[in-house]
Amino acid sequence: MSNSTWNLEPSLESVAQVQIKPQYELFIDGKWQAPLSATYFATVNPADEKQLSQIAQANAADVDLAVKAARAAHANVWSQLSGAERGKYLFRIARLMQEKARELAVLETLDGGKPIRESRDIDIPLACNHFFYYAGWADKLQEAFPGQQMEALGVAGQITPWNFPLLMLAWKIAPALACGNTVVLKPAETTSLTALKFAEICQEAGLPAGVVNIVTGFGDTGAALVAHPNVDKIAFTGSTAVGKQIQKACIGTPKKVTLELGGKSANIILEDAPIDQAVEGIINSIFFNQGHVCCAGSRLFVQESIAEQVLAKLKFRLQSIYVGNPLDKNTDIGAINSKKQLETIEKYLAIGLAEGAEMYQPECTLPSQGFYCKPTLFTDVAQSARIAQEEIFGPVLTIQTFRTMEEVVQKANNSPYGLAAGVWTANGARIFGLSNQLQAGVVWANTYNKFDPTSPFGGYKESGFGREGGRHGLSAYLKFSN
Amino acid sequence: MEILKTYKLYIGGQFPRTESGRTYPVLAADGSHVANACLASRKDVRNAVQAARKAQGSWAGKSAFNRSQIAYRIAEILETRKVQFITELLEMGLEKQSAEKEVQMSIDRCVYYAGWADKYQALISSVNPVASSHFNFSSPEAMGVVGIVACQQTALLGLISQILPIIIGGNTVVVIANTQQPLCAISFAEVLATSDVPGGVVNILTGEVGELLPTLAGHMDVNALSLAPISTELSIAAQEAAVDNLKRVRIYTEPLYVKSAQGLTYISDFQEIKTTWHPIEQIAGGAGGY
Repeated sequence: MSNSTWNLEPSLESVAQVQIKPQYELFIDGKWQAPLSATYFATVNPADEKQLSQIAQANAADVDLAVKAARAAHANVWSQLSGAERGKYLFRIARLMQEKARELAVLETLDGGKPIRESRDIDIPLACNHFFYYAGWADKLQEAFPGQQMEALGVAGQITPWNFPLLMLAWKIAPALACGNTVVLKPAETTSLTALKFAEICQEAGLPAGVVNIVTGFGDTGAALVAHPNVDKIAFTGSTAVGKQIQKACIGTPKKVTLELGGKSANIILEDAPIDQAVEGIINSIFFNQGHVCCAGSRLFVQESIAEQVLAKLKFRLQSIYVGNPLDKNTDIGAINSKKQLETIEKYLAIGLAEGAEMYQPECTLPSQGFYCKPTLFTDVAQSARIAQEEIFGPVLTIQTFRTMEEVVQKANNSPYGLAAGVWTANGARIFGLSNQLQAGVVWANTYNKFDPTSPFGGYKESGFGREGGRHGLSAYLKFSN
Repeated sequence: MEILKTYKLYIGGQFPRTESGRTYPVLAADGSHVANACLASRKDVRNAVQAARKAQGSWAGKSAFNRSQIAYRIAEILETRKVQFITELLEMGLEKQSAEKEVQMSIDRCVYYAGWADKYQALISSVNPVASSHFNFSSPEAMGVVGIVACQQTALLGLISQILPIIIGGNTVVVIANTQQPLCAISFAEVLATSDVPGGVVNILTGEVGELLPTLAGHMDVNALSLAPISTELSIAAQEAAVDNLKRVRIYTEPLYVKSAQGLTYISDFQEIKTTWHPIEQIAGGAGGY
């Protein structure tokens, strides 16, 4: 955590508010149920590698129980309620989450390694707001899609990633319930705790049993959910490779699928951009949440005339980036989510060097325990380099230059992914000219990594399909008939 | 003596023969030989995709109003060729009344979608009231190149019901026509070629669905598929091939040749939604927001 430029006293967030049980069961049919698998796995704090709790590992039989509970709750309770009544439950859940916001934030940071500043100011408020937003849609679905007949799909199987655990849960559960579905959610194995805390909130809110079920476990638990014949919908956020497996597994079934997958998003800095703002934007685009962001601006394109200046400022700025204890309010980059992910990132650092790119990391000391990675810049990167083509999912930025708009559009779009893009320029006409040409579901102009419940999010091409957020996010959970 | 017509493929605005040199007989309802159609090959599919890709950017870049006019022009030209299409449908065994009705509905459908070209955007876009000081909006954009397996029950109306909503949304298409009744599809290509539709926007192949679809569904430069009812085996194989680049696949189980098979969803099925964020400067103490 020591740093050459700044010497800040540690300012640690208190963990006193947080109650973590030594062991968690599965949340099925409104009750905590010991897994039929009789198996538990450890969840660790990636900041110090200490075990936080033991978590039930659901097998196919456990998943089956959860799906049955969700089916019964849909048929007997949830589908019988008016939209307004469903909405009231969601409003109540949103309020309870707001009340427990600090506890949820600390828990998210403990379990996932993200800086407390981010979980406190971004993840948790956005998650609460997402429930609040979709609560209000529950009785307005007909107005959302005039002239169309629609109904809930039934039981939604949802699989969430480890990078924004509670926020992704909110993106999945809130619209599903608002549209009248019941859910079985499988959180990522390294970050189950806020989902389990959310289950407690559902109990406290008096949500009818079986409307929300949480089955913890690994990839095989998710696969059992995807393969279950009585699930009507699969919503998945995660890697493109797994997304394709899921899509394949659902062919020939009536399951509706939405996929929010990987990215290798281009962040484009034009020569007339406000440079200092753009440099901050670059920092936020790639180092936010340790770079564990599907829409991270991991490919930086700087116009040639300002490339030297931007690079110098970027390197200077990296000197004051704080890497360290996620609970420290000074921390900019927390812990890498898992040992496995740290190994993946380190593998790519080696690949980058082997490919002939030049690597830059600031001088800083990393904590001796836990999983950490220095913020990393790569220059002299070929367009075909693996570090410029493949998603690294860490604090690693590739930097390329360009001369003309045509060139940067071509380079930016030269990727199988199409999740997001950033454009930095003072020229308003050029912003819209470029955003028109960029194959991406989200374009940030003179900003980056902004999210809002009202704003649809989702990708083009191999970044998946379907949108989450906004009015468009409703259609992922409805069956339409003309 | 009657001059018989040679039916060819329609690729990139040209009417080439299949590169394979193969043809197959098209039979009338009574079993008599009407014409030879090209038995297109996988190479023809690839050529057609290339032509569609080349045409897509500038087609999507045309004003919506212009696309509307071009679609209306298709209806105008179709109207002038009414007799020809009715004759072809009669040869395929339709009753006179049914043939006339199908052609009339086809013309009407072109007019219907011509009217949509500059309107669907307003209905499926949104301005999103985000909590931060940003102007945030979501608007539709063409998916790109779309592969179509045309309706195998009708020769003209099903085909038009699939092509029109996709192209008025700025996509370009590669169509596998009705295998048994391909003549109307190629005659429709002649309509397109004379209606200001730029070459490459619509490409039409005649041949075996089973031979052509795997190549189309697996092609990495195709963004989406529109599948009219076909056999389960072919459909599943196509969906599996489509996973490689995560094509968006729309499988129509309902008939596409009925009156109700038109509407906004046939357009929005082939649109991506793009969300753009733009900061709002706060002036004179006002908090920006839309």
